[in-house]
Amino acid sequence: MLTKRIIACLDIKDGRTVKGVNFEQIRDAGDPIELGAFYASQGVDELVFLDITATIEGRKTLSALVNKIAHRINIPFTVGGGIKTEEDVRVLLQNGADKISINTAAFLDPSIISRFAKQFGSQCIVLAIDAKCEADNQWYVYLNGGRTKTDKLVVDWAIEAVGLGVGEILLTSMNHDGTKQGFALDITAQLAENLPVPVIASGGGGTAAHFYDVFTKGKADAALAASIFHYKELAIPELKQYLNQKGVAIRI
Amino acid sequence: MNLTIIQYNAGNIQSVLYALERVGVSATVTDDPALIQTSDKVIFPGVGEASTAMAYLKERNLDQLIVSLKQPVLGICLGMQLMCRHSAENDTNCLGIFDEQVLAFKATEKTTKVPQMGWNNIRNLKTDLFNGVSENSFAYFVHGYYAGLGTNTIATTDYIEEYSSGLHKNNFYGVQFHPEKSAELGEQIIQNFLALKS
Repeated sequence: MLTKRIIACLDIKDGRTVKGVNFEQIRDAGDPIELGAFYASQGVDELVFLDITATIEGRKTLSALVNKIAHRINIPFTVGGGIKTEEDVRVLLQNGADKISINTAAFLDPSIISRFAKQFGSQCIVLAIDAKCEADNQWYVYLNGGRTKTDKLVVDWAIEAVGLGVGEILLTSMNHDGTKQGFALDITAQLAENLPVPVIASGGGGTAAHFYDVFTKGKADAALAASIFHYKELAIPELKQYLNQKGVAIRI
Repeated sequence: MNLTIIQYNAGNIQSVLYALERVGVSATVTDDPALIQTSDKVIFPGVGEASTAMAYLKERNLDQLIVSLKQPVLGICLGMQLMCRHSAENDTNCLGIFDEQVLAFKATEKTTKVPQMGWNNIRNLKTDLFNGVSENSFAYFVHGYYAGLGTNTIATTDYIEEYSSGLHKNNFYGVQFHPEKSAELGEQIIQNFLALKS
C-alpha cells in the first residue's frame, strides 16, 4: 500500500541550516548534509532543502551543496528557493536533486511550469503555495515568502498549475505556520480531494495527533515540518510508530 | 569489478552513480558499446518518457546492444519498462526482453493520484536479487506506467492493481522502484545485484 510520507524541511542560508539545535548523534546540526543524513537514518521519507540565501554568490554554492547532499543521502529530496529558469532547474537536477520546488516565479509567469514539465517531467516539479485565510473565509495565494498578497484563490491557482504540469503541491498555511496548533485541515482536504497530484501539508504540525488529523481529515498525501523536528519536540521514529498504531499507512 | 551504467537521454543517472559510491563501488557512465559489452555488470537506469528514450537508443544501436548482453543487467524504472515488449506510453515498441506489457495507471474513485509517488511495499519476492529482503519491505516509486504480471514477475506491488515491481529473465533483471533512493533496502538490492554471478 502506498504510504503517507513524513517530510523534514531544512532552511539553508549560505550553505548552513538556519534552524536546528544540536543532536547528540551528529557533530554539526548547522551542516545540512549531516542533519539531512541524520533524519534519513531516523526514517524520514523525504527531505526538502529550501534555500533562503539572497545573494548571487551564495546561490552558486547551492549547486555544490546539492551535489554533496546527493552523494550522501539515500532517500528522495527536493530543492527550492529562488528557482526561475530552465538553467536553474537543470543545474540542480544534474547535481542530484530529485525534485525542485517553485513558488513566486511560477505565479508571475505560469508558462515556466509547462516549460519545466516538458523538459524535465512533471514528477520533479513541485509547486509551493503560501496560503492565507482572510476575513472573508477564503484562502488566498501569497508571494515573496508571504509578504505579498494576491487576489488569486488557492484552489484556482492549484488547479491551473496542475493543468500546466505541476506534479505535486506543497501547501503552507500562513495562518497555522509556527503555531504548533495543527495543520489547516479544510484547505488541505479541498486540494487533496480535488487534484490528481499529491498534496503535501505544511504549517502548524506540533504533535503526532496533528499529523494523524492531516492524513485522515485533511486527506494529505504527505506532511512536512521543520522546527518541531529540529528542536526535538517530536522525534520521527515515535511519530511514525504512533501513526502506524493508529492505522495510518506509513513506512516503518 | 568492472561496472557500466548505460548513458542515454534519461534522468537519474547521477543518483544511481552516487548510490553505487555509497556502497563502495565505482562505475563508468558510458554509451560506448565496447565498454558496455566487456563490463562485468550493466545498469540501465532511467527516468523519462518511453518513445523518446527508445528513439535515442535506436539511433545509437544501443537497443541491439542491450538485448545481446550476456552479463547481469539491471534495469531501473523506465529502464525496466523499456526492457518489456511494448509500452502504452505513446504506443512504443520496446526491447522485448520481458514479455510483459507496460500499461498506464488509470485513476479510480478510490485511488485518484497518478503517477504513483512515494513508498510502497514489495512482496512475492523471488531470485537472489532480493536476498535478505523481507516481504513487504518499502521501496520508493515514481511512475505513471506499470508492467503487468507475467511469467517473469519476481516482485509485486499494489497500486490501483497488483503489478510487477520486479522482473527477471536469464541475465536480465528489472525493478520498477528506485533502489538508489530506497534507503537501506535499496542498498541491499544494489549489493545483491553486484553479488550476482556472471
